[in-house]
Order: sequence, then C-alpha cells, then structure tokens
Amino acid sequence: MAERGIRLRALKAAFPHTIPIFAGFWFLALTYGVMMNRAGFSFLYPAVMSVLIFGGSLEFVAVTLLTAPYAPLQTLIMALIIQARHLMYGISMLDVYRGTGWKKAYLIFGMCDETFSINYTALVPKGVDRGWFMFFVTLLNHAYWVTGAVTGGLLGSLISFDTRGLEFVMPAMFAVIFMEQWIKEKRHATALIGLGCAAGCLALFGKEAFMIPAMVLVLALLGAFRGLLEEKGGEA
Amino acid sequence: MTPGQRAITIGLCILATVTTRFLPFLVFKGKESPGFVKYLGKALPAAVFGMLVVYSLKDTSVTIRPYGLPEALALGATVGLHLWKRQMLLSIAGGTALYMLLVQGVF
Repeated sequence: MAERGIRLRALKAAFPHTIPIFAGFWFLALTYGVMMNRAGFSFLYPAVMSVLIFGGSLEFVAVTLLTAPYAPLQTLIMALIIQARHLMYGISMLDVYRGTGWKKAYLIFGMCDETFSINYTALVPKGVDRGWFMFFVTLLNHAYWVTGAVTGGLLGSLISFDTRGLEFVMPAMFAVIFMEQWIKEKRHATALIGLGCAAGCLALFGKEAFMIPAMVLVLALLGAFRGLLEEKGGEA
Repeated sequence: MTPGQRAITIGLCILATVTTRFLPFLVFKGKESPGFVKYLGKALPAAVFGMLVVYSLKDTSVTIRPYGLPEALALGATVGLHLWKRQMLLSIAGGTALYMLLVQGVF
C-alpha cells in the first residue's frame, strides 16, 4: 500500500509537466501515423516504431527510408547522425539517473528530447520520489507518442485536421525551458555557446546537417574554456 | 523492399537510437565519472537547451514568405508571457495560440 501511495503521488506530480508534450506529441505522432498510413503501411508499423524507436525526427525520416530502395548502411549512418544529440543528454544525466534502480534502464530507453528536458529541469516536489517522478514523465510522454501514432496509423486519410500551427508547442516549450535554465544560472556563457553554435551551424550547413558540427563546436568550446566556465558559468 | 528488408531498416533505426541513448551510461558505468565528464554534465545542459530551441525551429525558412515572421512573433509572445507571469503552461499555450492564429488567419 505504501508503495502504491508513492507511485500515485509521483504520477500526480509528473502529469502537469507533461501537458504541453501531450499536445505536441499527439499532433506530431498523429501526423506521423497518417503519413505511414498514406505511404501504404499497416498501423502495426507506426505502433512498433513509436514504441521501440520513440524519437520523432528519426521516425519521420524513416517514412522516407522505408519507401526508398533498401540501403542498410545509409540508414544506419543517417539514424546515428539524427540521434547523436542523445549522447549529450546521457552525459548530462549520468548523475541525475543514478540510484534509480531497475527504472534506470527505462529512463534511458525513453530519453527523447522532451523527456530529457523535463527530467533535467523539473523541481521534484518535497515528499515525491524522484525516481518514480522521472519514470512517469518518461512513461506518459511515451504513451502520448504511441497512442498518437497508432491513432494516425488506423484512421489515416479519414482525418482532416485544421490544427495547423499546433506544432509550435515544441519550440515554445524548449524556449521556456531555456529561459528557466537561464534564470537559474549565474552566468550565461554556456547557454549562449549552445544557442550561437546551433544557429551559426544551421546558417552554414543547412537544416539536414547542422547538429553534428554544432555538437562538435559546443564540446570544443566547453573544453577550451573549461578554466573560465567551470567555477562560475553553466551550473544551475 | 521485402518485409525482411523493412524489418532490418526499422531495426537499424532502433539500434542507432538505443546506442546513442545508452552509450554514455555504459562507458561511465558505476564508478565516479572522470573530472572532464563531470564538468560536461554540468556545463552541457544549458548549451543543449539553447541548441534544442534552434533544432525545434530548424524548418523555419527566413528566405521565403512569410520570412519566419510568425515564428518570431510567437516566440516573442512566449518569452514575453514567461517574463511576465512565469507560468510555464500559460507561456507555451499563449505562444502556440498566437502562432496558430498567425499561420491559419494572417499569413
């Protein structure tokens, strides 16, 4: 009974943090499911892929990959390039996910952009178990994505939605998370490095190829200016 | 593509995702992480959130009409609302509502 109470409290604390993601994921996953349906795939495809990949950008690209000629090596390289940013999330979460027991494997498995952002920044209320809180953030986001993708895959072309623009919940959420981090920091050097490197590389390399050079540049700058940044900058 | 080739293609996407998510945890398992990794763990998130803002807006075109104007205005509204009320859901909902209004009715 005590264990149940702990879980329920964690679920109640986690849910409000996932509301914007519910809106954003449902819209995006529904679109993804509809795309798969229109490309001629059974709803089982988006169902399996949304459960096991759980990464929006790659799943959209996979629609194209699955309808193009078979090219396994190209697929793997493309997928690694798209997903490489998760390496940075992992490094950031090494200590945060420590001591979460058996839940840790699932926390890492379900660590998409949005789940990482919330689990890193959210202040877990007093009396709420941190491990269960992060578990439910991950699980709820995962569930939104899967149910959206399956619904889109089942209904396919029956859906005509005038929800154009709803996808802006994602940039809006990241902007707010960025601001929350900004407010917490004493100095903003690392935040500006991230923003500047990504914007600069986007302008230089274009939207398909900018994340890897941006990551390399961010790591190089953080490495080069460690002496300056370590004491004051960056830390929450 | 044959069903087998489809399965491999999907499998490779899963493999790439799981690898990039688990790799840091496997490399720095158990024991104390090296100093530089610890430092990165603290310094990276702020940089990553900056990168994610850009990443989530990467499909915005500033060279063709409406030149990224709806995104700029809605982002401004989100930031403004957040500075004013500092209510996460309100800032996100307000910015998104304005964006929907702009792309459906104005631009």
